[in-house]
Amino acid sequence: MNNHVLSLVLSRLLIALITLVIVSFAVFFATTLLPGDTATILLGQAATPEAVEGLRKAMHLDDPAIFRFLRWIVGLLKGDLGTSYANEMPVADLIGGRFINTLQLAGVTALFSVPIALTLGITAAMLRGSLYDRAVTVLTIGVISVPEFMIATSAVLIFAVYLKWLPALSFANEVTSLTELLRIYAMPVITLTFVISAQMIRMTRAAVIETLNTPYVEMALLKGASRPRIVFRHALPNALGPIVNAVALSLSYLLGGVIIVETIFNYPGIAKLMVDAVATRDLPLIQSCAMIFCLGYLLLITAADIIAILSNPRLR
Amino acid sequence: MTMTNSETKADRISGTRLGYRFNIIGMVGLSVILFWALIAIFAPLIIPYPVGEIVDLDYFGPMSRDFWLGSDYLGRDMLSRILMGARYTVGISLAAVTIACFSGVMLGMFAAVAGGWLDTVLSRFLDALNSIPSKLFGLVVVAAVGSSIPVLILTLSVIYIPGAYRFARALAVNINAMDFITVARIRGESTLYLIRSEILPNIVGPVLADLGIRFVFIVLLLSGLSFLGLGVQPPYADWGALVRENIGGLPFGAPAVMAPSFAIASLTISVNLLIDNLPKKIRDRSE
Amino acid sequence: MVNLVEIRDLKVEATTDSGRRVEIINGVSFDIAKGEIVALIGESGSGKTTIALTLMGHARPGCRISGGSVSVAGKDMVTLSEKQRARVRGTEVTYVPQSAAAAFNPATTIMDQVIEVTRIHGIMSSDEARARAVELFRALSLPEPETIGSRYPHQVSGGQLQRLSAAMALIGDPKLVIFDEPTTALDVTTQIEVLRAFKSVMKNGGIAGVYVSHDLAVVAQIADRIVVLKGGETKEIGTTEEILNGAKHPYTRELLAAFEPKPRGAAGAAESGPAPLLEIENLIAGYGQAQADGLPLVRAVEHVSLKVEKGRNLGIIGESGCGKSTLARAIAGILPAAIGKIVFDGKELGRSARERSRDELREMQIVFQYADTALNPAKSVEDILARPLTFYHGMNAKARSARIDELLDMVRLPRNLRHRRPGELSGGQKQRVNFARALAADPKLILCDEITSALDTVVAAAVIDLLKELQRELGLSYIFISHDLSVVEAICDEIVVMYGGRKVEEISPEKIKTPEHPYSQLLFSSVPRLDPTWLDGLEQDPELVRAYRRR
Repeated sequence: MNNHVLSLVLSRLLIALITLVIVSFAVFFATTLLPGDTATILLGQAATPEAVEGLRKAMHLDDPAIFRFLRWIVGLLKGDLGTSYANEMPVADLIGGRFINTLQLAGVTALFSVPIALTLGITAAMLRGSLYDRAVTVLTIGVISVPEFMIATSAVLIFAVYLKWLPALSFANEVTSLTELLRIYAMPVITLTFVISAQMIRMTRAAVIETLNTPYVEMALLKGASRPRIVFRHALPNALGPIVNAVALSLSYLLGGVIIVETIFNYPGIAKLMVDAVATRDLPLIQSCAMIFCLGYLLLITAADIIAILSNPRLR
Repeated sequence: MTMTNSETKADRISGTRLGYRFNIIGMVGLSVILFWALIAIFAPLIIPYPVGEIVDLDYFGPMSRDFWLGSDYLGRDMLSRILMGARYTVGISLAAVTIACFSGVMLGMFAAVAGGWLDTVLSRFLDALNSIPSKLFGLVVVAAVGSSIPVLILTLSVIYIPGAYRFARALAVNINAMDFITVARIRGESTLYLIRSEILPNIVGPVLADLGIRFVFIVLLLSGLSFLGLGVQPPYADWGALVRENIGGLPFGAPAVMAPSFAIASLTISVNLLIDNLPKKIRDRSE
Repeated sequence: MVNLVEIRDLKVEATTDSGRRVEIINGVSFDIAKGEIVALIGESGSGKTTIALTLMGHARPGCRISGGSVSVAGKDMVTLSEKQRARVRGTEVTYVPQSAAAAFNPATTIMDQVIEVTRIHGIMSSDEARARAVELFRALSLPEPETIGSRYPHQVSGGQLQRLSAAMALIGDPKLVIFDEPTTALDVTTQIEVLRAFKSVMKNGGIAGVYVSHDLAVVAQIADRIVVLKGGETKEIGTTEEILNGAKHPYTRELLAAFEPKPRGAAGAAESGPAPLLEIENLIAGYGQAQADGLPLVRAVEHVSLKVEKGRNLGIIGESGCGKSTLARAIAGILPAAIGKIVFDGKELGRSARERSRDELREMQIVFQYADTALNPAKSVEDILARPLTFYHGMNAKARSARIDELLDMVRLPRNLRHRRPGELSGGQKQRVNFARALAADPKLILCDEITSALDTVVAAAVIDLLKELQRELGLSYIFISHDLSVVEAICDEIVVMYGGRKVEEISPEKIKTPEHPYSQLLFSSVPRLDPTWLDGLEQDPELVRAYRRR
């Protein structure tokens, strides 16, 4: 039996690896093969054809695409992310600190949203059909149906403009004290927590309801088990896998949310860096940022799948 | 079984056969959607002021009798801009969702019926595309080719083809495992017949509901991209772009910032409400 | 004497999808004395499980007890609060579910679940409970009673789980145990053991029981009294003896009649031509990757040869997993055989349906067990029947319409049914449409894969009669695959017994009382009879049982 689980997990990891190759392929070709000649962009429209030609040679732009792709991949594996077009700095240096900032933001958000979402999701499922459940459902549908920037702007309006509790913008490099830190993180974290909690609540609720509808839960009821016992001894242990799966999947929504939130709050993270890079068409920077995002996303959904495999009691 | 048979039949005739019976919430959702559809079609005829013209002396003006939704950062009428914005938001999203769902559903049904390596390769490839976060996909494409409306439509549809494919394939695989497909197969029917005549009629309800959900996703993504300045470009403006333009008014609580957001929310929430209140048979989703 | 259970004028309401309330139980009353086992018998939708669950004060989601009283040991389960009901559940009234496999929590060990009742109600210490559980495992003749409790539910077989769930029900020393179709999902050879175990524990403990079932023969072995239900109403109540020998209500008689052996009688004038209609030689089929020798990884059918003469019927019988359905699929070309010759009407057929000509496909039709999945729910009966007419015979609209009327007449369905969709038909009607579609092709041979198994007894008997009649009219041949001996016996000229993918014996119905192969003997003797003394009088060689019992 254990060999079976191992082979399932390994095959899932293999799939992740294949996916990663396809994804990096897609990212590379989307950014280099589509119209818009890199050398011309770099030198500007006024450059002489000779200068453009020279640069193309220097950048190996005339090599077959597959070689350039391989060279790029090998570079990535060695930790050489290339050089930024915009300011000639190594991409790795540009990303380094920003990456930590984004991780901090995501970490703090997860710290808040996971307990909140699990509590709301599980209790809503337990009290299915009640006023409380309906309120939670309506609220989560509302949050899921609106764009992230609307939640962000609403948060600013409420907390900064009307209540004046918090500053509208955050600059992580000006942190001097703990209260300052709180004030700076508050707005992005509130926004992101809303965005991913809504997803997480919905998925958790669905997972718990599904196990509550099983024959073995009815059996527990017919044994005379109390409601808490039914939920905590019979439903939750079996819903654990789907719930953790839901958490991992919801966290992957962080990646989308972070792009908007960092932009709107001017948070110096990797997403803001990338949006700025798009504005200047700084391809090496875009490629590296995109790969980081894809890798993070892939890690989360792979983790979700592996958790689902490991938590299936029938495979124990 | 036999006892309830005549009753279910009566339900069918009054309920699902002749038009669908909605409850109030579903009706509200439907009316808001119809409202925005009409606005998108007739916007040029009903806007009170030309969209590009500066008509208010003040910028970020408040709501007033002349300017129902205030004025924007240049003093243009916000109501007119939002009504015109509906064209871009609704139009682009509708085009993209149509392409995405049509291609996704066709590929999905084909993969389910064909099976074998074709199914595996197609599924693996589209799953891989699906593991690129959607906003990031948009960013990368816009960075590479720049932003124009056709590019936007195409990008948005490519982003959501894998999802539509996965959904349709899952449904079709379930149908494909049914005995009536086996019966048709050993009758000697062609793949095309199986897809068109045996599978499609059985998944069309859920697929339409899925189209609605995906429409919401696309509206949100389009708005997000426009908000980042990577979507619809000036002088045109969709709702997301309107928020971006006027974000400077946020500290003053100007209506110009929130009004376009409310327009988006009214559309997306309505679609969700409509889908959640569709008759069970149609809403039945496997995801 | 005071009765343990008194049900008076019980009414249960269900809310339909459209929000309307329908009464599914209307005014049922009966009693159960102490230590008495009462059977609730009826077809699907008769409300038997719903009534049984009200004994615990439970109604499934969407249902509600709307009237009457259910008194158990002096307490009215209808008026008790949920907390008070919980105190009765597991201690005074307990439940053995239809599918034990689904009713065990997959995440905890069997022992934990068996003794959970004692924990919930604080009946005894954990150690005592364990010891008591092992005792019960032994009494229910479970293998390895000392250690089986430490396993997880997915690690034991279905028949064992069913007995384990009985242990779960008995550990709280109940006054009343509800058995909800506990042997329906089991093979007949396994059913015997489980029935025996239930019966001895119940009789020895003097425990009262409610036994819910659709199978009169099973019920006859264990029940003292029988309540016959239909459409949420009681049709007849009587002792087992009375019901079996002197049934008064026509519906009960119908149920009994379905059990009467209806031998095929004089085999239809078989054309004694030299060439059989279908000849299978040395067929091997299975699933999974082909191995180096060209054979599939899992071989479900091994070296099977058989013959079907024109106008005669072949029955293939065996328990779940014996390869009978795989054999049918291989013959039809759905699952191409790895090795073997299929000669049909003098021509050798391709192994896969794809390699067969349209006419070859037309002449051999297959009808599946579940009409629900065999009929496209999105199409009307008319469209379903029209397709083979267009496809094989190239009929135009007018000819098609006339032929559809004929087909509906043939399967005894009213013509105006043609505009309905399968979802609007009853189970029996659906199976008739399913069969009519096969007839539409004008076949010579129809493979019937368990076509009566999903139907209620009375409906199934009618379908069998129809099949016989059509055969006389159209000169068809059937291959009839079933796990149910009486069905096969009723329609077939020749019977093949399969076990473990192999054909173990071929017998004619006259010799059905005296099969030669030990497995056939075991299988045939395991089919319950309407005689209440059958189970107690049945003697089976324990060696034989052990040899052929599946796990």
